[in-house]
Amino acid sequence: MTDVFKKFGEKYRYSIVVFKELVKTDFQLRYQGSFLGMAWSVLKPLMLFGVMYVVFVRFLKFTDGTPTFPISLLCGTCLWSFCSEGTSQGLLSIVNRGDLLRKVHFPNYIIVASTTMGSMISLGLGLLVVIVFGFFAHAHYTWRVLLVPFSILQLYCLVLGTALILATLYVYFRDVAHIWEVVLQALFYSIPIIYPLSMVAKSYPVIAKLLLLNPVAQPIMDIRHNLLSPEYVPTVWSSVNSLGEAKASNAWLWLDSWWVSIIPYICTFLILWLGIHLFSKYSQKFAEVL
Amino acid sequence: MTTTDKTESTVEALPNEDAPVVLSVQHVAKSFKLPTEQANGLKMAFLNWTKGIKGYKEQQVLRDITFDVHQGDFFGIVGRNGSGKSTLLKIISKIYKPEKGTVTVKGKLVPFIELGVGFNPELTGRENVYLNGALLGFTHEQIDEMYDDIVRFAELEDFMDQKLKNYSSGMQVRLAFSVAIQAQGDILVLDEVLAVGDEAFQRKCDNFFSDIKKDKTKTVILVTHDMASVKKYCNKAILIKDGEIVVNGNKDDAAGQYTLENLKAEGKEIPAEDAEQGKPEEPEYELGLSETVPVFNIRPAGSPVCTSESGFQFDIEYEYNGDEDFYIPMSVLDVKRGGIPYDCGPAIHLTERGHHVAHFTMPLTYLNSGDYRIIATIRVTETPGNFITWKQVAFTNDKNSCDFAIRNNEKEGKDYALLNDKAMNITLTKLDD
Repeated sequence: MTDVFKKFGEKYRYSIVVFKELVKTDFQLRYQGSFLGMAWSVLKPLMLFGVMYVVFVRFLKFTDGTPTFPISLLCGTCLWSFCSEGTSQGLLSIVNRGDLLRKVHFPNYIIVASTTMGSMISLGLGLLVVIVFGFFAHAHYTWRVLLVPFSILQLYCLVLGTALILATLYVYFRDVAHIWEVVLQALFYSIPIIYPLSMVAKSYPVIAKLLLLNPVAQPIMDIRHNLLSPEYVPTVWSSVNSLGEAKASNAWLWLDSWWVSIIPYICTFLILWLGIHLFSKYSQKFAEVL
Repeated sequence: MTTTDKTESTVEALPNEDAPVVLSVQHVAKSFKLPTEQANGLKMAFLNWTKGIKGYKEQQVLRDITFDVHQGDFFGIVGRNGSGKSTLLKIISKIYKPEKGTVTVKGKLVPFIELGVGFNPELTGRENVYLNGALLGFTHEQIDEMYDDIVRFAELEDFMDQKLKNYSSGMQVRLAFSVAIQAQGDILVLDEVLAVGDEAFQRKCDNFFSDIKKDKTKTVILVTHDMASVKKYCNKAILIKDGEIVVNGNKDDAAGQYTLENLKAEGKEIPAEDAEQGKPEEPEYELGLSETVPVFNIRPAGSPVCTSESGFQFDIEYEYNGDEDFYIPMSVLDVKRGGIPYDCGPAIHLTERGHHVAHFTMPLTYLNSGDYRIIATIRVTETPGNFITWKQVAFTNDKNSCDFAIRNNEKEGKDYALLNDKAMNITLTKLDD
């Protein structure tokens, strides 16, 4: 067994060395020149949460009345920050590192992977804050917390896959950056972060179920469900039964089948596969195009 | 080129033929798509697609390049700007992918391309060294060990904690080069290192090159425009022209041919310019010529690249239709340093009128390597033998002058002054206590 690891380590030793150094560099550059430095990875989602909490929960009353809604909102903000930051930084990563690509040969997927890993570090810090705050905000920690790392891994795969696709496209079409900004905004509103899912489910149960099939929404909901409160945050797994009012129309009956829950996983896998495939196909030409 | 030189270089190259091939380039071809229209967005891409415009034209940069580099070689690649040298280096370093053919590399290849490996201006010198080292495959601990050597060679001890954007370009190159050579690669790929850096650093590079040349386990591939360093360090060289290998193997041939290419190019450019400017007026005679002297030019009789021993042979073609006696003063210009090393004055006295070709030979015994130009005028004297009052009736313009180059096979590196030891020697006359 150790032999396998050793072989793997030797084969990817170079990649790992470069990966480490690039993650470090990215992190140094990100907070360079700011007084608070790394503290911003924590402060930014906290401040965003503050704004959203005041606007949506206090003024617009977007709450389902459950005691965990505020902490769930904070957690959602952190997770969403990771998604939006990871993809938009990943999108720029190849072009921004063009000077490197033109001078030395190295497996260039490392650039995208290290950029998304940088966002991942921010997410880790953010989640620590969430867990600490959770103790004061009625979070209900159960054995399900153990499932959270899997969901985070799934989310990372999704972000990495998307970033690979976008980075490849961005080398050839600079419009992608603008388009992606809009898509991100749309995605953000489609995920029940600033509003509770029950608000949608009340009037449109079918749409509520469809929203959960979004490959970004599913892991975010899963993490909040497993980490904070299995009682109050619905997931695609629980929605099969608890939001069962979809039966109103026969055409949507399939939404209640068990296999529906797998759709987001399949989507994630497909996006990652497409990302790797596209990237490896075009990455050899990056140095020439840039 | 004398025969003795050739045998010398083959003797030098011989032992390496037995050494294993560490870099093999086989039938490599590469073309680039040059965008003819700005298609850097979805809109243009779509419009071009609907119109059926390709939006680019193909440019063949390299065609069928094949060569082998043996272990221990100091291999030079020369060629004029745009001949495809840098593209070839990038293909060797696997930054570009060849369209056809294969490149096989044995051992660790350390590239030094576009004046550095991969420098980030926002990071400090120290951070850049670690980033650079990582890209070359070194862990943090390994770089810790060689860090001091790198900084010492680059002579940047006081600047390592400054951001790289505050470095001068020479300092950046010094640091990058220092990292590249400390990396202890088996094959070192160097693109234009000697062009930047001050004299002290160049001398340091010089020492490094001399050392690495002796080390038969290290291989160096050097791209440069400096033919003196090709002759000094390389044991083999190729000359690339328009994406093809023109000279393969012999460094002296490659360097000589390169100088020749450049001389040709100088001659070529000027008529094109003249043709454009001259179109509206269509002057009957070229600049410097007239009805009295419609033809007057100097041409090399053989190769314009010669050595101090061989001397230089050239011809002057003229047509003189005047009545007075005339003579042809000639000057030798030093193209690079400027100044006139020699002027023959009224020594060449010709009286034959009409169209003639005169053959000349010029000894170069006292001159070192350099680029020179012969210009000449035709002057008439009213009274024969009186060279004080004269009238100039013709002169050679840029096109009609003759360029030639001296390229000596000097090994001691003393070839840079105008005059050599045969011309003068400094002698110690007295030494005070």
